[in-house]
Amino acid sequence: MNIFDVSFFAENFVALCRGIPLTLQLTLLSVTSGAVFAIVLASFRLSGNQVLDGLARGYIFVFRGTPLLVQLYIIYYGLSQFPELRKSFAWPFLREAYWCASLALCLNTAAYSAEIIRGGVIAVPLGQIEAAKAYGMGGLTLLRRIIAPQAFRLMLPAYSNELILVVKSTALASTITMMEVTGIAAKLISATYRPVEIFIAAGAIYLLLNFSITRLLRLLEYRLSRDRRPHQAATGEHA
Amino acid sequence: MTIQTCIPAVEIARLEKSYGSLKVLHDISLKAEQGEVISILGASGSGKSTLLRCVNMLEVPNAGSVSIFGEEYKLEQRVDQAARVTDRHQLQRLRSQATMVFQSFNLWSHLTILENLIEAPVHVQHRNRKVCIAEAEALLERVGIADKRNAYPSHLSGGQQQRAAIARALAMHPRIMLFDEPTSALDPELVAEVLKVMKDLAAEGRTMLVVTHEMSFARNVSSRVVFLHKGYIEEDGTPAEVFSHPRSERFRQFISKHAH
Repeated sequence: MNIFDVSFFAENFVALCRGIPLTLQLTLLSVTSGAVFAIVLASFRLSGNQVLDGLARGYIFVFRGTPLLVQLYIIYYGLSQFPELRKSFAWPFLREAYWCASLALCLNTAAYSAEIIRGGVIAVPLGQIEAAKAYGMGGLTLLRRIIAPQAFRLMLPAYSNELILVVKSTALASTITMMEVTGIAAKLISATYRPVEIFIAAGAIYLLLNFSITRLLRLLEYRLSRDRRPHQAATGEHA
Repeated sequence: MTIQTCIPAVEIARLEKSYGSLKVLHDISLKAEQGEVISILGASGSGKSTLLRCVNMLEVPNAGSVSIFGEEYKLEQRVDQAARVTDRHQLQRLRSQATMVFQSFNLWSHLTILENLIEAPVHVQHRNRKVCIAEAEALLERVGIADKRNAYPSHLSGGQQQRAAIARALAMHPRIMLFDEPTSALDPELVAEVLKVMKDLAAEGRTMLVVTHEMSFARNVSSRVVFLHKGYIEEDGTPAEVFSHPRSERFRQFISKHAH
């Protein structure tokens, strides 16, 4: 037997690709719901209201300070101990590993993303907001037209990082029976006892996924930073 | 028309402003008639910028009142607590009648120059977008930067940015314009181009309140000069009066220091 069997690697690479849709589903579901929750948390943090700020601070403290694996286990193994929950409308969801994994990932990424959003918002220069106020903008118009677009651009590099972490974190779902890329890898290894090729194949898949994500985000960043590139007007004039 | 001209464009009455225990404006009363161009002079720390910012409530005075064309800002002023504006709709309406030009321009960095000009007219005043674009193009032509309509603020020189900012203020159809040291952040050779635009505006009969260090503007363009010292108005009169017969010793010193 070779140290590295290329045909075995290729064969298993294809098998692992069947886990990609689930990996992507878990990512997409947790990132979108996590972003919505993060916006709520960030607005609590920025509200100036001590109670709301305290609530969000506490939440972020707990979910950033404890391992995602522990959070996942508490949701998947722990919640079923509560009879009230088992009788509630949420149970059809919470007894499924799929929803438990999505929920844990969502709650976890929301804590990190909230701080990223808050960082973006407070990095918007005061003069930009003051000018908007002086021109009669306030409330939602100010948020939608001036603060949000500028904050979004400022937080994008940090948020790209968070997206990559979420993609990799989906691997933990394998510990609660999910057959995503890592789950399939573990199953194949227990059948073949050949971890090297299989884990390298799994790693390569995550690398490819994250490569595409970083490319997409870099494109977005490029499109949003026209003002930071030299200006070429239709006349060909350089400013 | 006769009734209108009786109403002052800006009326500040018994205004006081403090930051914590530090009082920066003491019992200021100032009336700007329509069409007046008032230069507000003073050393740094005299409270001149704060006074100007009280006119559009970027700073809320702790006591006294401010009225724009006879309409008084609704304020809640309490002892030992920050004062605040109580009527947001009124605030937004009055603010769009008295637009401000800032020392550091503060053009919105994520929008092109043209988008900067139509932003508030479209999203605050809810005017027709096409009309606003046509007007904005004419304004850019007027301040001499029509070719920069699709550029971003960071692509412009300081002088061009400030002219764009003045065009942005004009796009609101303001009845009053507030200038907060509009040339202080500019290189000396760029000051003239901005002053020329301001001079043209003054000649049109616009009401302007200008915080400035430009003695030539105060002397030759403005119709009235107000000198602030440590939060008090120390001098108030036509440029001819105050520059040739200053009553305040401090203003005399101030002039000689800025005479070059």
